[in-house]
Amino acid sequence: MIFKGQAFLFGDDIDTDAIIPARYLNTSDPEELKKHCMEDADPEFFSKISAGDIIVAGKNFGCGSSREHAPIAIKASGISCVIASSFARIFFRNSFNMGLPIFESDEASREIRQGDIVEVDASSGEIRNISTGKTYKAKPIPGFMQDLIEDGGLIKHIEKTGKI
Amino acid sequence: MGMTIAEKILQAHTDTLNFKPGDIIKVNVDVALANDITAPIAIKAFTSSGVNRVADPDKVVFVLDHFTPNKDIASANQCKMVRDFAHEYGIENFFDGGDVGVEHALLPEKGLVLPGDFIIGADSHTCTYGALGAFATGVGSTDLAAAIMTGQAWIKVPSTMKFTFTGELQPWVGGKDLVLYLIGDIGVDGGLYHVLEIDGPAISSLDVSNRLTISNMAIEAGAKAGIIPPDEKTEAYVRPRAKRPYAMYESDPDADYISVREYDCANIEPQVAFPHLPENTRGISEVGEVRIDQVLIGSCTNGRIEDLRIAAQILEGKKVAKGLRCIVLPATPEIFLAAENEGLIKIFLDAGAILGPPTCGPCLGGHMGILAQGEKALATTNRNFVGRMGDPKSEVYLSGPAVAAASAITGKISSPQEVTS
Repeated sequence: MIFKGQAFLFGDDIDTDAIIPARYLNTSDPEELKKHCMEDADPEFFSKISAGDIIVAGKNFGCGSSREHAPIAIKASGISCVIASSFARIFFRNSFNMGLPIFESDEASREIRQGDIVEVDASSGEIRNISTGKTYKAKPIPGFMQDLIEDGGLIKHIEKTGKI
Repeated sequence: MGMTIAEKILQAHTDTLNFKPGDIIKVNVDVALANDITAPIAIKAFTSSGVNRVADPDKVVFVLDHFTPNKDIASANQCKMVRDFAHEYGIENFFDGGDVGVEHALLPEKGLVLPGDFIIGADSHTCTYGALGAFATGVGSTDLAAAIMTGQAWIKVPSTMKFTFTGELQPWVGGKDLVLYLIGDIGVDGGLYHVLEIDGPAISSLDVSNRLTISNMAIEAGAKAGIIPPDEKTEAYVRPRAKRPYAMYESDPDADYISVREYDCANIEPQVAFPHLPENTRGISEVGEVRIDQVLIGSCTNGRIEDLRIAAQILEGKKVAKGLRCIVLPATPEIFLAAENEGLIKIFLDAGAILGPPTCGPCLGGHMGILAQGEKALATTNRNFVGRMGDPKSEVYLSGPAVAAASAITGKISSPQEVTS
């Protein structure tokens, strides 16, 4: 699968309260959550993005709470994938479990600029900055987690195999 | 090669032999926990799947503690969804109404989490139970649903970082100050993917409550778990509460650590974390003049009876500063009752504090103590991210109960020594 869109830049340690503030957690409806995606980091975020756009962030993206509302809000907003220098561990596993594609690349995170057009090949992990012509390689995804992606997330994986 | 406590617990819960850090293994779960915010997504995942089976209802725990007492209609509906599921699937460990306590204070108190357990919770502060010598880690709702269905979770085997606290604790320093100091040193991603193993004479000298505070904040360093070696104090706490067998593991002398650090408590004064990350710590002597609008004493970090005793000791016979709101939330009904029996509730009310029910409410900006634009709060909670307790332009500072109580009296962030002689 190929993702292509405009890059929206964020800094280091973007926490789950910034991705989806707790004041909106009285619902788990993706259509409601998406309206408040990234609100406390950029109040205009949801109105600025188009389907397919890509979040590019620094280190420790998704730190803080275990709320799965965070990757749900990002996915529902139309963002196609997230590139970061590193991900907080609960956000990382949540993303694979519920099917938000994420890619780790320190170099891409440092060099991609706001508004660059970026293309990501999910199967090869190649990140291409169309605006500058530069390419990057995302960190490889462990085998078990590739199985999760292929099966459509953790629950579908259990339905298929009868176990984790 | 010897093994760490974390590795021994994982080995006791998996069929995989000779695993090493970085391997992904399948682990049997002793306790799977969720709350009124995270359980609904797990229940949706469960009911929309073709797997209509709870592997073991006795291993599932639901606590309706976040937006309760129900803060609005949407929150009430989320609670109802969890309540209906608990009844339908025979979940006995379901805490609702007057049985609700803040989950990570409640589960140890009820003896539901024990040394040697492998525990997952759809709440990032599930790492609290590491203080009892368990491997406990936060996950998302889908992981929780999977554990409810299969009794298992997948985990990437972590490396362990060792932290040893030596020396004498300084006046008014407790578990919160030690863990803030640690996070200030290694940063909010300093423990990313690792287990923190925290020991030393200063840790041995702490009661279980202060140890729970330390493990509670392991996630604020990005860690998978924060484990304190269980000892006779752990055993004395656990034995009267446990209703099933447990195992107290210790790390082998030749266990492999990815890093080893030592802190001398002689150098650690009461700590305050400045906005907007828990790593922005300063000693109380370096805080300067910070006027505050609200103090919150409570939460899974510092809402236990030991915390309330410290706060009451400082507030006794004194008044909360004019114009400041001091909110005290005992973390469980049992703690609330103990505080009443010990006369602490009267001390708080006489001082002009606001007493509320056990709830996570204001800690995550839910309800019962939300901040307006430009307001500043000092809280005994665990996170001070942007907008955490209310308006995105409000600020949260973090401390232990002693600094919080002293600051409630003066109206600015203050050392307990300023208000006690």
